[in-house]
Amino acid sequence: MGRLTLDDLVEGVVAGDRRCLGRAITTVEEGDETSWSLLKRLSPHIGSALRVGITGPPGAGKSTLADALVRELRTRDLGVGVIAVDPSSPFTGGALLGDRVRMLRATEDPEVFVRSMASRGCLGGLARTTQEAADVLDAAGKDIVLFETVGVGQSELTVASACDLTIVVLVPEAGGMVQAMKAGVMEIADMFVVNKADRPGADEMEFQLVDASRYLISDGRRPPVLKTSALKDEGLAALADEVLQYREWLHQGDRLELRRKAQAKTRIRELVRSALEEKFWSQAGVDESLSVAAETFRQGEQSLLEVAQSFWLSVREQIAVSDIS
Amino acid sequence: MARRLKILLAKAGLDGHDRGVKVVARALRDAGMEVVYTGLHQTPEQIVNAALQEDVDAVCLSILSGAHMTLFPRVKELMDEAGIGDTLLSGGGIIPDDDMEELQTQGVGRLFGPGSSLKSIVEYFEEEIPRRRELR
Repeated sequence: MGRLTLDDLVEGVVAGDRRCLGRAITTVEEGDETSWSLLKRLSPHIGSALRVGITGPPGAGKSTLADALVRELRTRDLGVGVIAVDPSSPFTGGALLGDRVRMLRATEDPEVFVRSMASRGCLGGLARTTQEAADVLDAAGKDIVLFETVGVGQSELTVASACDLTIVVLVPEAGGMVQAMKAGVMEIADMFVVNKADRPGADEMEFQLVDASRYLISDGRRPPVLKTSALKDEGLAALADEVLQYREWLHQGDRLELRRKAQAKTRIRELVRSALEEKFWSQAGVDESLSVAAETFRQGEQSLLEVAQSFWLSVREQIAVSDIS
Repeated sequence: MARRLKILLAKAGLDGHDRGVKVVARALRDAGMEVVYTGLHQTPEQIVNAALQEDVDAVCLSILSGAHMTLFPRVKELMDEAGIGDTLLSGGGIIPDDDMEELQTQGVGRLFGPGSSLKSIVEYFEEEIPRRRELR
């Protein structure tokens, strides 16, 4: 009972205490001063978990597949954490987080930590602080942290830069090759899963993906294509095996180090970008200048580029973004 | 900006009537809250586990089966044991007034019966939770 101090949180997280883990994730979701001190204190314990992203279009069965994969990983005696992201309403900011409904086996196992996160305006399939939440689960000693993304289309690909392994989940009726050939979602896959493989068209989809994967060879590795049916409980052991084989492959040479460094660069860049943007637009006078610029543009005598340039010239004198804290 | 209110809505036991809880979930979402819905047939242990993992501001049970005098006290007991006894436990369903009063003496918050307006539910959380957050 009573309030948890920062010391309590650090100690509790490392010990795997559920209440402290839950509170620590809430803390990092806020992204404030305390959250960064917490993560700094936890950093000696962060880095050993494999971060696996499960992404795909809405309705592909991501939550159900994540649930089944968790169970397979648990039979192999691995500690698992799950972060399930659902969208926030762009109008009210509210969110209905329903992934637990599809993760009944994972939520029944007290050793599996399942956390729902609202995307809070972030568009890449994850929330802004999903990585930090994964850091907390990593520090708690989880071997595998699964990110289950918001259903994505053809361009929301943040998950790939946040994960060590990206699994793209498709279904037999995903629209054949015309859809799948589209860039993006194909290129981020380290592994493909044709889920709902009990339905007609699964073999055809598998064949087309295998064919396409020839062009996706990277670092000598061709993304494998697996068929699963979470409904009929087929192909899930093979998926878990593939995940663990990938982990071994990643640990060879400097592969993991290179990936982690790229992830760190993305995170720093993203933090600087969002902080600068927020600071810039909240400076006094910027909003007024923007209105003036909009009026000028509406008069139709200047191009959008010209208007943007004079807007920038008019505000750059007034703004002083000296630090981004 | 103040942290968003995060609410757990759960269906406990064998009760399969989830239309009401889904209406409430939507109303809370539309009021800007983050709502975690557990789905049907949860045990008290699963509900408290979800409350811990999700670090919610309120745990709400929807019970239309008549088992409220068993389920509410059990969930309350488990919450106390888990160290989250200060977190609001509330809910609603087909619950007679006398039972509501009795449960409130046991530390359960306000319960909402048939005919409660969605507005009154939203307002209750908006008032009650900031007060309780001071304690957490």
